[in-house]
Amino acid sequence: MSTGASPPIEAASNGTRLTVTLTGDATVLGATALHAALASVPLDRDVQVDLAAAARIDTAGAWALAMLRRRLEQAGRGMTVTGAGETTLAFLGTVDAAIPEGERPPEPRLGLADRLEHLGRAVAGSVGFLLALTGYLGLFLARLARSALHPRQFRLTSLVHHCQEVGLKAVPIVAVMAFLIGVVLAFQGAAQLRQFGAEIFVVDLIAISILRELGILLTAIIVAGRTASAYTAAIGSMRMREELDAMRTLGLDPADVLFVPRILALLLMLPILGLVANVAGLLGGALMAWTQLGISPAMFQTRLVEGTGMSHVLVGMIKAPVFALIIGVVGCHAGMQVERDTESLGRMTSNAVVTAIFAVILTDAVFSIFFAQVGL
Amino acid sequence: MTQVAPASLQPELVIGLRGLRNQFGSHVVHDNLDLDVRRGEILGVVGGSGTGKSVLLRSIVGLQRPAAGTVTVLGTDVLSASEEERKALEARWGVMFQDGALFSSLTVRENVEVPLRAVPGLDPAVRVALADLKVAMAGLPPLAGDKYPSELSGGMRKRAGLARALALDPEIVFLDEPTAGLDPIGASAFDALILRLSRSMGLTVFLVTHDLDTLHAVCDRVAVLAEKKVLVTGTMREMLDVDHPWVREYFHGPRARAALGAAPIAQD
Repeated sequence: MSTGASPPIEAASNGTRLTVTLTGDATVLGATALHAALASVPLDRDVQVDLAAAARIDTAGAWALAMLRRRLEQAGRGMTVTGAGETTLAFLGTVDAAIPEGERPPEPRLGLADRLEHLGRAVAGSVGFLLALTGYLGLFLARLARSALHPRQFRLTSLVHHCQEVGLKAVPIVAVMAFLIGVVLAFQGAAQLRQFGAEIFVVDLIAISILRELGILLTAIIVAGRTASAYTAAIGSMRMREELDAMRTLGLDPADVLFVPRILALLLMLPILGLVANVAGLLGGALMAWTQLGISPAMFQTRLVEGTGMSHVLVGMIKAPVFALIIGVVGCHAGMQVERDTESLGRMTSNAVVTAIFAVILTDAVFSIFFAQVGL
Repeated sequence: MTQVAPASLQPELVIGLRGLRNQFGSHVVHDNLDLDVRRGEILGVVGGSGTGKSVLLRSIVGLQRPAAGTVTVLGTDVLSASEEERKALEARWGVMFQDGALFSSLTVRENVEVPLRAVPGLDPAVRVALADLKVAMAGLPPLAGDKYPSELSGGMRKRAGLARALALDPEIVFLDEPTAGLDPIGASAFDALILRLSRSMGLTVFLVTHDLDTLHAVCDRVAVLAEKKVLVTGTMREMLDVDHPWVREYFHGPRARAALGAAPIAQD
């Protein structure tokens, strides 16, 4: 078993033949040393290998001996084995016969053309991805329109279930998150505005930032993390277990059964969640303004109603259905990309979250520019 | 590591289970179970669904801690072994799980290399060559080494799982349902592979199966799990004379007669 400070072989020449004696076990533990030692055996004469001292020979040892035999054979020499029992000889033969022939081709080096090809494929893949998302959006709208024409086929139970999962169960986290954001805004705003003696404007700061941007944006990000991943995982694992194929053979359309209730639930629930976030954010801000700046709730309310136009609320809420469509379509599309292996399920789930959050923020930026241009 | 030294006349016990008890909550799977496995033999473990065949395998290799009893493998008490003793023991056995349980982020060759990486001072080139050799010995085509598990068929995944289990030339291999889900041709090819490898490498094989053809073609002895213990052990022929309703039904059913009627597999 020793990895061997002593050399693993001893070579003795007698005339036309070289006798190589293994001094210890030929196992995987000493395989590197044994292979290196056998590589230095000269190939100019026949070799006799004496295995009498090697009590244990495993596949690694047999492999090293087989490689020596091949090298000798290429040089036109032979190798004989002595001091080994019948089982050992049979074992050596089995291993020798199993060694795969031929060198493996070296890894191809990446040239400029290959890199360009990769870039091109990546760009084409992104375009294809956007087209596929658009296709899913169209599919959802078409199926929704068909449901509107045939209301009896509509899956109301499923819709209610998803509304509960997506909407009701997300209320606590969304409310707490928005409340804390309101607190932070008031706290930070107060510190700055106090320097100018303009504490009262903290109300405008909180109201505009929460109603216009943060309330709905952060809600959408939380829902993207919560719901897009859930949709992908649910649809993906159904795909892995062939449930979607079973649906098709039963005459059920996965788009009807799975996509429409899910995306519609988001479409209904995200505006409500946004509203909850707005209220909670204002409450948090009002509480902080009261305790830190002495702005009483009544004063906060008056300032809020006078100073903040209804347009801010509308600008915020108008984004909610768009975000909902993005999150729902991304989640369902990613679920349909899951293949039969578990790894793709995990990969697509995290892809769905990243894509949904990124798309939500990107869309929000586009909205900001748009509203700035039209002067809202 | 293969024991190529001449076998002693007394069959050496490599696995010994005494008074084994496994339970999940109030559900007792094994109670007072005894089992011996001798060196160099292929033992087939059979039993109806839910009799805890896989649980038995898992408790021998230490994946499931029994409620009571002792498990001795290669002279080491598995349950009370220290960390180092366990490590040493794990290098001397290999386990093939039902669907191969290959690491999905690694290619087949890299999967086989995983246990070899634990060998101190093994040159990477030698490691790759040994992994390729094991892949070939498991009967996979050379190109399969570069493939990922998801690109392989079920039978190839099982072979790759076997290649990984054999990476360190273990003395014992545990095979969980090696032929389940394979077509008859693939299944009998796998049977032949098990037989060939166990004979040439001197392996002891602990095999959990439902497949009567496998039992008949490769197993030296059969252990029947029923009534929460090993009801009976013996050769296939001896099983025919056992007077127990389940054993009778199992070994005298139409499928069993068909398997018994077939010629045993040629040994290469």
